[in-house]
Amino acid sequence: MFAAAAAAVLVTMGLVLVRAIKGPSVYDRILATSNFGTLTVVLIAIVGFLSGRPEFLDIALVYALINFIGAIAVSKFVQFGGVAHPLGKDDPGDI
Amino acid sequence: MEIVLDIISWALLICGGVFCIIGGIGIIRLPDVFTRMHAAGIIDTLGAVAIFMGLMVQAGFTLITVKLALMTIFMMFTNPTATHAVARAALGEGLIPLTYDDEDEDLSDYVLADGELLEPDTNDKEPGPSKT
Repeated sequence: MFAAAAAAVLVTMGLVLVRAIKGPSVYDRILATSNFGTLTVVLIAIVGFLSGRPEFLDIALVYALINFIGAIAVSKFVQFGGVAHPLGKDDPGDI
Repeated sequence: MEIVLDIISWALLICGGVFCIIGGIGIIRLPDVFTRMHAAGIIDTLGAVAIFMGLMVQAGFTLITVKLALMTIFMMFTNPTATHAVARAALGEGLIPLTYDDEDEDLSDYVLADGELLEPDTNDKEPGPSKT
């Protein structure tokens, strides 16, 4: 049953990758890449159970953290042209 | 007792896989970036959380369950936040969501806030009861 869930996750990764390649705007690509990262986390967890070594969960946890930071950073970079830019024009933000 | 836990775990894993595939099909087929975010939310929350809960039932009361619970809580907080950030960036860039149903237009084009592209003409398809 782990193999069925892993197969479903792999099929979904393929579908998401199609959107990431042909997405018309850059936000489609960011969204698809973020989703691909989430599915990678799920796949690492399932493969850990499938191979009888659930210690892979630490890798999945770290991957989830990096995925969140990456999605936020890339969306901010695309919107403002830089990661260190404040969020609003007049509002200096909380930096 | 063992078989009951196995059945619960399998049901959760199958539900998670089905929701993942539904979200993937939605990401392929939906017309707009904002509607695709809806499909992405299905994968991020329902699919991943159901699969993690199935793995948690399978693992029992061990440290693995604690790690899986931490990952579930973390993903339920961060994935909607990331989707919100992407939506806000898309809105700030000038993409406006599709809010009308038009079968003639090519829905894969995007509407710019200051452009003339895909301006909805509601002259001949007024949905109110005054027309018909």
